[in-house]
Amino acid sequence: MLEGQFLKLATLNNNLIKMLNNTLFNFIIMMAKQLSVVCFFILFFTIAASAQDLVKGKKIFETRCLVCHQADGGGVPNMNAPLDGSSNVVGNNIARLVKIIIGGYSEKVPLDGYYYNNVMTANPDLKDADIANVLSYIRTSWSNKATKITVAQVQAAKRKK
Amino acid sequence: MKHLKNLFFLALLIIATQLGAQNNAGLKLPEGFKATLFADTIGSARHITITKNGVVFAKLMYPNKAGKSIIRLEDVNKDGVADKINGWGNYGGTGIYVKGKDLYATSDNDIYLYQLNEKDEVVNPLSPKTIVKGLIAKNQHASKSITLDGENNVYVNIGAYSNACQEKDRTPGSKGMMPCPILDSAGGIWKFNATKENQVYGDGKRYATGLRNVVGLDWNTKTNSLFVMQHGRDQLNSFYPSLYTDAQNAELPAETMYELHEGDNAGWPYVYFDPYQKKKIVSPEYGGDGKKEGGENALNPTVFFPAHMAPNALLFYTGDQFPAKYKNGAFIAFHGSWNRAPLPQEGYFVAFVPFKDGKPSGEWEIFANGFSGLAGDEKVTNVRKVKSRPCGLAQGPDGSLYVSDDARGSIFKISYTK
Ligand code: HEC
Repeated sequence: MLEGQFLKLATLNNNLIKMLNNTLFNFIIMMAKQLSVVCFFILFFTIAASAQDLVKGKKIFETRCLVCHQADGGGVPNMNAPLDGSSNVVGNNIARLVKIIIGGYSEKVPLDGYYYNNVMTANPDLKDADIANVLSYIRTSWSNKATKITVAQVQAAKRKK
Repeated sequence: MKHLKNLFFLALLIIATQLGAQNNAGLKLPEGFKATLFADTIGSARHITITKNGVVFAKLMYPNKAGKSIIRLEDVNKDGVADKINGWGNYGGTGIYVKGKDLYATSDNDIYLYQLNEKDEVVNPLSPKTIVKGLIAKNQHASKSITLDGENNVYVNIGAYSNACQEKDRTPGSKGMMPCPILDSAGGIWKFNATKENQVYGDGKRYATGLRNVVGLDWNTKTNSLFVMQHGRDQLNSFYPSLYTDAQNAELPAETMYELHEGDNAGWPYVYFDPYQKKKIVSPEYGGDGKKEGGENALNPTVFFPAHMAPNALLFYTGDQFPAKYKNGAFIAFHGSWNRAPLPQEGYFVAFVPFKDGKPSGEWEIFANGFSGLAGDEKVTNVRKVKSRPCGLAQGPDGSLYVSDDARGSIFKISYTK
């Protein structure tokens, strides 16, 4: 699409070029054309990389979290809290989420009105990028549609304690 | 027009209830058995008990919407569906047991005793006697199940507040504590006097130890001994991926039944029972590698079942209504697994084991299935979506078997007609 528009622009400009017969202008057009290709690739890679974050997050979820929170993120009633549909998981208290992932969790306070009896495993060995990826995964999976979490956000949350 | 609409819905309702009766409240049962939905959505019904007059009492894990946690259900018109339901109590819990006019109920810390009148109505809903108080209840395995013997003793499960007695619970690489300090006050069955008030740990006795968590237990009047169902440990693959695959974890360890006598030890946390090797294997937290045997002095199970199915109730059938094969045999309510994920889950049914002369006399089998609400033999993969989870069992005076469910809050009544 980007290129299409550019081509349109290019033909329009071709007339101009003919009119002016300006080689300098020709050169500028060429540069712009190349720049657009570069832009396109940058865009492509950021989308691909962000999908990659979610793939990595999913992998962490499957090896460390799925056993309790289940594949559908629905958890186990009275036992393991659901992540799908949880107001905390999609909420803005990122520091709390980061703390839970690193330190595990067993507070026995009501979460969206229900209590859970199991003890969540701690993950002190996860790197900041892993934490960002798994949080991004659980915040955007199933029916959850929250923002993804960046490494910078994880680091800020850790500083907050 | 409005009338017509109402009539239409009434007709639908009648058809639905008729279908419900025809399809055994959604349960799959052996030939000749029938089930009715005795009660529905009463709250998180854990254990149930039934008086000689057929009045059912259910203990709820949390108070229900009406704020009640002990529910009394009576089927006055005898159509297999409770028609007089009320309740009292404001504390959650699991255990409930009636003996004559004495009704015992538990919170996660205490055992209370209520008095019933000749109509099996509670006399002192607000002022029960406290029989035992101050039992340990931490986040995990906190529920207290109870049963009584014939000699004025009450047996209570005190579950271990841990998975495998690691220094840090459910933490990869954390070692098992040696000896496991949890066993001093939990991880076993304690015995107390059933009528003495205000007892604490010191007044009771640790009857048996090395039991991670028992929810289902029953006194067998034939053998005159206690039988219990243990919930086996979780997460072998999560903590020891080099020793156990996901598929192995799904099948390890077995859920186990033990016959207990005073002083017995079932081996937790040091060993677990492997249903394939049929051996007690040293837990990886204690240096095990999946093969090394241990627990020389620990009990062997009386019966073992597939892993993680969560046996939440045990009942020895003493009635005359069911065919002879069922007499004195054991029914077990399996609440259903979660730790088999990513593999499909198991359980969510009531199983039966035949007994002869106090010993199992055949293989276990599924007795009642279909609680999950899934079609056919479809396996549970989304635990949250399961309709009913069997949790309690009780035998009615006519020999019918009642099954309670803490997910939807129903009670099923299963009867046999030739
Ligand atoms: C051993 C089981 C277990 C494992 C493994 C586990 N959790 Fe948990 N998780 C729980 C339990 C139980 C709770 C609720 C504890 C409570 O309420 O006291 C919980 C709570 C949470 C919460 C808070 C939910 C809310 O509504 O506030 C988040 C977020 C969470 N877990 C994410 C994860 C992630 C991500 C992983 C994997 C890295 C993971 N969990 C692994 C059992 C587990």
